[in-house]
Amino acid sequence: MKKIPLREIAYSRSGDKGDTANIGVVPFDETDYELIKEQVTIEKVRELFGELVKGSITRYEFEGIKAINFVMENALSGGVSRSLNLDTHGKSWSNLILRLEVEVP
Amino acid sequence: MEKKSIRIGCGSGYAEDRIEPAVELAEKGDLDYLCFDSLAERTLSMAQMRKLNDPNTGYDVRLDELAYTFLPYVDKGLKIIGNMGAANPKAAIKRVKEIAEELNLTNIRLAAITGDDVMENIKETDPTILETGEPLSQLPGTIVSANAYVGADAIVEALDNGANFIIGGRLADPSLFLGPMIHEFEWAEDDWDRKGKGIIMGHVLECGTHVTGGNFADPPYRVVPNLHRLGLPYAVVDESGDGVVKILEDAGGLMTTETCKGQLVYEVHDPANYITPDGIADLRNVTVKQVGEDEVLVENGSGKGRPEQLKVLVGVLEGYIGEGEMSFAGPGAYERAKLSQETLEKRFERLYKNNSLEIRYDIIGVNSIHGSAAPEPSEPPYDVRLRSAMRTESKEIAEEWAHEVELLYLLGGAGAGGNRRNVKQVLAMYSTFIDYDDVQLKVDMI
Repeated sequence: MKKIPLREIAYSRSGDKGDTANIGVVPFDETDYELIKEQVTIEKVRELFGELVKGSITRYEFEGIKAINFVMENALSGGVSRSLNLDTHGKSWSNLILRLEVEVP
Repeated sequence: MEKKSIRIGCGSGYAEDRIEPAVELAEKGDLDYLCFDSLAERTLSMAQMRKLNDPNTGYDVRLDELAYTFLPYVDKGLKIIGNMGAANPKAAIKRVKEIAEELNLTNIRLAAITGDDVMENIKETDPTILETGEPLSQLPGTIVSANAYVGADAIVEALDNGANFIIGGRLADPSLFLGPMIHEFEWAEDDWDRKGKGIIMGHVLECGTHVTGGNFADPPYRVVPNLHRLGLPYAVVDESGDGVVKILEDAGGLMTTETCKGQLVYEVHDPANYITPDGIADLRNVTVKQVGEDEVLVENGSGKGRPEQLKVLVGVLEGYIGEGEMSFAGPGAYERAKLSQETLEKRFERLYKNNSLEIRYDIIGVNSIHGSAAPEPSEPPYDVRLRSAMRTESKEIAEEWAHEVELLYLLGGAGAGGNRRNVKQVLAMYSTFIDYDDVQLKVDMI
């Protein structure tokens, strides 16, 4: 087994609804879906994002397209209209999650 | 007999999208429908504010350009549906009529959809605000807009009445695309699975170039050809609600299963419950399949009944944000930026603390986007930019704070350069719900 960044095997897209962010993670190769489901867990994501996410994190699965989706509450400093963040939408969060390390055969 | 199908394009993925790829679609896409999403959360509130100043305005600022550009195509058979009416669909349609007359076009049938503005209603009922858990009347600040996300019913009615240029206000994005499907395929009101598929197809198309290679390129892993002229997507949808999404042959960008998956997960929460005014779509089993170059079949969506309540977005003016930036470069740049941040922090403590609602500092180039999750740089960065932003109730305080960052020319680390500052009014968005039956939509044919 070797450790590689998630970016090597998956891509991601993030967006906002009010103060809630969502980050979808999609493997390039559908055969990596099970591995990603096993290793890209809520715990790991919470550890990586730390205090950026103040509320709950939920993970959903898209079995058809083989993708997972994280929904993070109270995560955008109040949402696009009042947040002092430069990236008020959390568009760049997709690139943060791709830093997670995964173990591959 | 061949199955009936329609060709639907997306003319705009957001309020200030480029017009040129929409023209290409109108010209070469052999489309039946071209749908324009023109509203983001804040766009509508800003439009309401323009309308308060002048009751003849409040629609999309691009309306004239859109009308002059696309009315000739409508005259020849294309149908256009959009939410570019924003806060004032009736004024918008009046303006489009003037332009149609000026262009001597005789085959234009206009329709305005109104009723999404629920300000009077919610002021009376004082519903609970989702974000605060308190009644609407307890919100600080001035309420400037309250619009319900409304669905495809009124679009279908307008199409049934022969309209070919339909303008509404807060029509939900997927509904713009679902309307033509319900009209053409005559889906029963409770045909939730097909409506679910139609909603999903609307979702695939609604963000425009998001599905054709926009917000996607990350070389060498993800490479997109001709980003400078990305094409907008269109779909060939059949009466089952499934369809093939494509781009024009000579358009920039690409249509692959990967770009489609990226859009399918975008701004979706629970894939089993993608809630729209027209129904709740289930995306869990949706599949995408490459069926040709830049052609992807989207199928296996489903749906269930529509929600009992509609979401309402409430726009509230609540204070100001003042921000400023200053750059540092060369050896020791990061240290000088941090020293300047400390200077600002001390001035904040001494002079501003009691008048501020929130304060933030960033070092652009190090931690301005991923904040505390960003790693400390392994090498000292050569070129960084200090930024500070403050939210406050007072416009004057916001302006003063922006000025404080400028003062770093004299108070901060050496070589501070390139100051920019900005003060803006905060237009906060809150959400609440309204009973489906309390929103009465009206279609005016002109």
